[in-house]
Amino acid sequence: MNKNYNFAIYSNDQAGILNRITAVFSRVNLNIEALSVCESEQNGVFRHSVQVHCDHATAFRLSKQLERQIEVIRAAFQADDEMIQQEVALYKIASKSMLEQTLTEQIIHRHHARVLSMNSQFTVIEKTGQRHESQALFDDLSVVGVLEFVRSGPVSISKPMNAEAMSHDMSVFKQNATCDADHQVDV
Amino acid sequence: MKTASMISDNMTMHEKKAMPAVENLTGSHAIIKCLLAEGVSTIFGYPGGAIMPTYDALMDYEKQLKHILVRHEQGAVHAAQGYARASGEVGVCIATSGPGATNLITGIADAYLDSTPLVCITGQVFAHLLGSDAFQEIDILDISIPVTKWNFKVTQADEIPAALAKAFYIAKSGRPGPVLIDITKNAQVESLDFVYQACQFLSSYEPSPRPNQLALAQAASLINAAKKPMVVFGQGILLGGAEAEFLAFAERTGIPLASTVLGLSAIPTNHPQYVGMLGMHGNYAPNRLTNECDVLIAIGMRFDDRVTSNLEFYAKQAQVIHFEIDPSEINKNVHADVAVVGDVKQTLPELIKQLKQNAHPLWRAQFHELHQIEQQKIIQHDLNPSTAAINMAEVIDGLNALHENPIVVTDVGQHQMVACRYAAFEQSRSLITSGGLGTMGFCLPAAIGAKLACPDRPVVGIVGDGGVQMTIQELGVLMQQQLAVKVIILNNQFLGMVRQWQELYFDKRYASTEMCNPNFGMIADGYGIANQQVTAREDLAPALKTMMDHPGAYVLEVVVAQQDNVFPIITPGASVADMCLEASNSNQQEAKTDE
Ligand SMILES: Cc1ncc(C[n+]2csc(CCOP(=O)(O)OP(=O)(O)O)c2C)c(N)n1
Repeated sequence: MNKNYNFAIYSNDQAGILNRITAVFSRVNLNIEALSVCESEQNGVFRHSVQVHCDHATAFRLSKQLERQIEVIRAAFQADDEMIQQEVALYKIASKSMLEQTLTEQIIHRHHARVLSMNSQFTVIEKTGQRHESQALFDDLSVVGVLEFVRSGPVSISKPMNAEAMSHDMSVFKQNATCDADHQVDV
Repeated sequence: MKTASMISDNMTMHEKKAMPAVENLTGSHAIIKCLLAEGVSTIFGYPGGAIMPTYDALMDYEKQLKHILVRHEQGAVHAAQGYARASGEVGVCIATSGPGATNLITGIADAYLDSTPLVCITGQVFAHLLGSDAFQEIDILDISIPVTKWNFKVTQADEIPAALAKAFYIAKSGRPGPVLIDITKNAQVESLDFVYQACQFLSSYEPSPRPNQLALAQAASLINAAKKPMVVFGQGILLGGAEAEFLAFAERTGIPLASTVLGLSAIPTNHPQYVGMLGMHGNYAPNRLTNECDVLIAIGMRFDDRVTSNLEFYAKQAQVIHFEIDPSEINKNVHADVAVVGDVKQTLPELIKQLKQNAHPLWRAQFHELHQIEQQKIIQHDLNPSTAAINMAEVIDGLNALHENPIVVTDVGQHQMVACRYAAFEQSRSLITSGGLGTMGFCLPAAIGAKLACPDRPVVGIVGDGGVQMTIQELGVLMQQQLAVKVIILNNQFLGMVRQWQELYFDKRYASTEMCNPNFGMIADGYGIANQQVTAREDLAPALKTMMDHPGAYVLEVVVAQQDNVFPIITPGASVADMCLEASNSNQQEAKTDE
């Protein structure tokens, strides 16, 4: 069954590593639905968060092929429902519509969004939340006219119960990755 | 930033021995010093603008480092592959930027799929010109990502030692593979304070995971309890240098042993437990009995689709034990009931301690029976045909009869499958062939590399009339280097393997497979290479003898049957158990032609 899988790929800081990582996905013709890169909680180690839509077997195989890359320290993956996700969305509207229509104010208020910046010409509104929430705000604001709209894509963190699956302990990286392959059998 | 982290990685990870003296060198000299420090004595390459400083420096080291000038960069990388596969050492090739670098790609891809340790060095335009579409600037790093185990761009001279140390370590450790280092021209001409420290550790890389003791124990009890166990082995044995361990394992357990194409010669072909080659054109018994064994023990192989055929019908009845160094291979194609991840050189001895002596006479008799069928239906005819035309198999058999224990290097096609089926191997690393990528043009340059690696062993290339023309210019290397490589061209005037598929699966519509060939003898003459053409059976054995006795290079063209087929065959999409011994039932099956 296809699902959204979120990969947390930890790598060294090497020029070109992102291309190596994305090549693992593009090779099997998967579209990357969301991508973000940042320095992780460990100095010099980067976390690439990649979301793709595929089945579990594919996600498993890709995680192994990612870990095969020399500069990749660990590649873990989890389905959407095993993660807590948030995304940030920014909306640019004409300040005129802010000033002239109380509707705009109401929409912002109702969606628990906030005004990030405002000048005589345009106003930027920020909304943090789930994908469907930022979409709902976009739909409502469309009535007054959205000049520009951008969202970060989901930023995900594993739920506490799954901490092991998304282990942040770099010392247990690749060796452990092999253990799940060492199946038990009845002999 | 990357420089600092790379260097610190290497420095902190090594035991800090007494620091060797620092020398001030140019980047080019440093490159060569690194190669020498890694024990490299032969490299293959082709010069050009962006690598000229390094070629210039090469002249200062002519005595220590032999450079073989090939005739096309594809030849350089295949030669480096042949060198690596014959010797077990890292093969090194060198080329200029742009077209020089892109010409390497086919061979790098070949090495990637066949796990061959290579360090490929390419020149690159000056760092300040990167991204400007400068003359012969191409982003070879990005191009080579999917086909390299690791790659790196060096833009400053002081990055050279650490980058090359890491390159050699990565290329040869764990599951070996090709590495590409792209070095800008300024990095070659600028100078650095040179110190070389070999790399032995990288924090993000686990080359050979420690074997799991529980898995080993489970493997041992499965093997001890098995009634019909079968071993399928691959190149992992050769890459791990574990031939002796494998033999000990084999002889303790008495289990029948079948090889993948790349595993050939890991055990002598005349070993009583050896039951032949697996896969599409392999032997009948091991393919059929794959689907009858109760425990399938895979050692250093990756269940390639040419071995397994349709996975839905592959060894479903068996418990599968997979000994493999690369964790990403476990459960990739075939589910492993027990996976022992690690270097077979370590895992096999630990396994043997837990194994009972066994012989499996009845089970082995089953292999023998099926082999008799193959013998009658195929082998006998292949070796003693009633036709006037010579068969490919006769040529290989004639070579075996000379008992010269050669390194056999093949190209890709029918002749390759026939060579793999019929060549007798006495010693390990005696077959060099392009397995995973199936690269036509591989044979001649790879044979050159093999001969340079093993000057004391006879090297015989077996090549088709199609494939030889893909890299035929490398005859120039045989001429210039006076290398005693023997080249047998099996000339059927067709792209034989494709023609066979057309016959079996495309209604005999021979689209673009018939060849109008040059006079190969005259070509050899042009290079001053001794040669002979054989068309009659009675001339074959003497010609082979003449070829092997000749002190130098030799081209022997054998005109073989034009429209012969390699049998048996597993029709694409079929089960290994449905291997066909003749054409009639092979083309009735519905073929998924995926060549
Ligand atoms: C570079 C490359 N191009 C195309 C192919 C597809 N191919 C596989 S076998 C073959 C025919 C080889 O013909 P020849 O070299 O004459 O050998 P034969 O099969 O006749 O022994 C071809 C075209 C290939 N493997 N490699």
